[in-house]
Amino acid sequence: MADASATNSDVTTMSGPRGRKPTRMLTPRNIMLYGTLFVIAVYYLLPLYVMVVTSLKGMPEIRLGNVFSPPVEITFEPWVKAWSEACTGLNCDGLSRGFWNSVRIMVPSVAISILIASVNGYALANWRFKGANIFFTILIFGAFIPYQVMIYPIVIILREMGLYTKLSGLVIVHTVFGMPILTLLFRNYFSSIPEELFKAARVDGAGFWGIYFQIMLPMSLPIFVVAIILQVTGIWNDFLFGVIYTKPENYPMTVQLNNIVNSVQGVKEYNVNMAATLLTGLVPLIVYFVSGKLFVRGIAAGAVKG
Amino acid sequence: MAQTGRPTQLFRNKSAKIAAIPMVLTALVVFVGATLWTVFHSFTKSKLLPSTKFVGLDQYERLWSQNRWLISIENLAIYGICSMIFSLIIGFLLAAMLDQKIRFENTFRSIFLYPFALSFIVTGLVWQWILNPEFGIQKIVRNLGFENFVFDPLYNPDIVIYGILIAGLWQGTGLIMCLMLAGLRGIDEDIWKAARVDGIPMWKTYIFIVIPMMRAVFITTLVIIASGIVKVYDLVVAQTSGGPGIASEVPAKYVYDYMFKNQNLGQGFAASTMMLLSVLVIVVPWAYLEFKGERSRG
Repeated sequence: MADASATNSDVTTMSGPRGRKPTRMLTPRNIMLYGTLFVIAVYYLLPLYVMVVTSLKGMPEIRLGNVFSPPVEITFEPWVKAWSEACTGLNCDGLSRGFWNSVRIMVPSVAISILIASVNGYALANWRFKGANIFFTILIFGAFIPYQVMIYPIVIILREMGLYTKLSGLVIVHTVFGMPILTLLFRNYFSSIPEELFKAARVDGAGFWGIYFQIMLPMSLPIFVVAIILQVTGIWNDFLFGVIYTKPENYPMTVQLNNIVNSVQGVKEYNVNMAATLLTGLVPLIVYFVSGKLFVRGIAAGAVKG
Repeated sequence: MAQTGRPTQLFRNKSAKIAAIPMVLTALVVFVGATLWTVFHSFTKSKLLPSTKFVGLDQYERLWSQNRWLISIENLAIYGICSMIFSLIIGFLLAAMLDQKIRFENTFRSIFLYPFALSFIVTGLVWQWILNPEFGIQKIVRNLGFENFVFDPLYNPDIVIYGILIAGLWQGTGLIMCLMLAGLRGIDEDIWKAARVDGIPMWKTYIFIVIPMMRAVFITTLVIIASGIVKVYDLVVAQTSGGPGIASEVPAKYVYDYMFKNQNLGQGFAASTMMLLSVLVIVVPWAYLEFKGERSRG
């Protein structure tokens, strides 16, 4: 930022109101910058726009126009059809089945995986025992192993347990594969809490669970929210585990969506397909836009080692 | 808490040990056990059911003689290299633009990142629709008067993998941008001031000062991208189902199809072991460097 406008704005901000807003908007540099950003933003928003407009059009209109043309006559029929009538194989009760399956998979998976991982991270941060770090290292390296290497042995394990193709089996799978990142998240967070607090509680006679529930848990609500966001979007968006460890009537929404859209039989109803796609994307999108900065924190924690 | 010897220590840690049972089981049974199981069975004659009849490298020989596997590897290489280069460049440029103290930074960031919240299935299906030659981009350009314009990546075996790349980049660059932005924000403001005082143009400051300082961020990002690329599966399933023909097959799909559709477990095990090997090639040197760095730091 060696150009004149930047130095100017530095001078003016000193006397004027504080803050970092550039004072002159219409410099060539700003026009370029905002112009580029705007064009890129349009590009990123385009698929969302296409989903919305296509899902609101009737089939005749789609055949006449292109994917970007706005709907002339808005109809919500594709949404109704996608939700309650679209067929996958023999079932014609729409995506609602997949939606409720996904909810039934997601809620226990999120709850159990976070519960286990938080206690785990707490044990690793404050109650280190011999060998704990070895297991933790294995866990972190395990996060890099391609799932394809482990899926078949897990089929065997689940079959032995009698849980293969059952929703509870899938819940276990999500708990297992969510563990590395969640444990890391919680371990790092609990490590950052001053140790004096922990020591004081121990002097007062609190035990493992006492400290966890009375001190750590109330102090770490933000990190729980981050973990919930991470898990809700992750589990909702899962396809591979859903298709392997469940059977058709238990398929989560993503699997059912793919089966509806990519089925080879029948006439392609693009509007219904896009309505179904949008419906499936709606849950993570809502989570994303509601959670805002916490989502960023979640993925940053998920991506960067602590 | 490292000291032992106090009798209460053992008792106190009992709860911690009980709490760590799920982690220990996951680490040992799934991550170590299941991986070794698969690697071991990739040397066996497993077909419909896992068998322990040892056949040496037969499965691997068959694997590498399969045209479909070779195409999968080629696709993965193209997709991988392109997606690494482009997502790093685009991600960094976006981050650099957002780092110019602009207005509406949060709005722009939300827009660039929202695709990352969507699943690969949703991503694949939307882009399948946008790239549809009858109604999508090709149709629009033809309507503008270019009657012979051809843009049908998903129906052309030669370029289908680039069609998938477009969708993959749309979904994933937001994340890279966020990581890069975090890296840029971690750079001391004084360095910018010093560069400004010295009259160094901005682009030079980025290339010769800032980017070298962000080496660690770049490496970590690369490892994240790379280990994600090997797993690419849902996107291909949703967008092309491996087609046209087998032109957009990827290794992860090979594994799934051989294990659960073609009843040829041995091939699936061998292919997944190859995937593991490729991840190790990336992760081990990185972990080594990270570990060494941490040691010298602390």
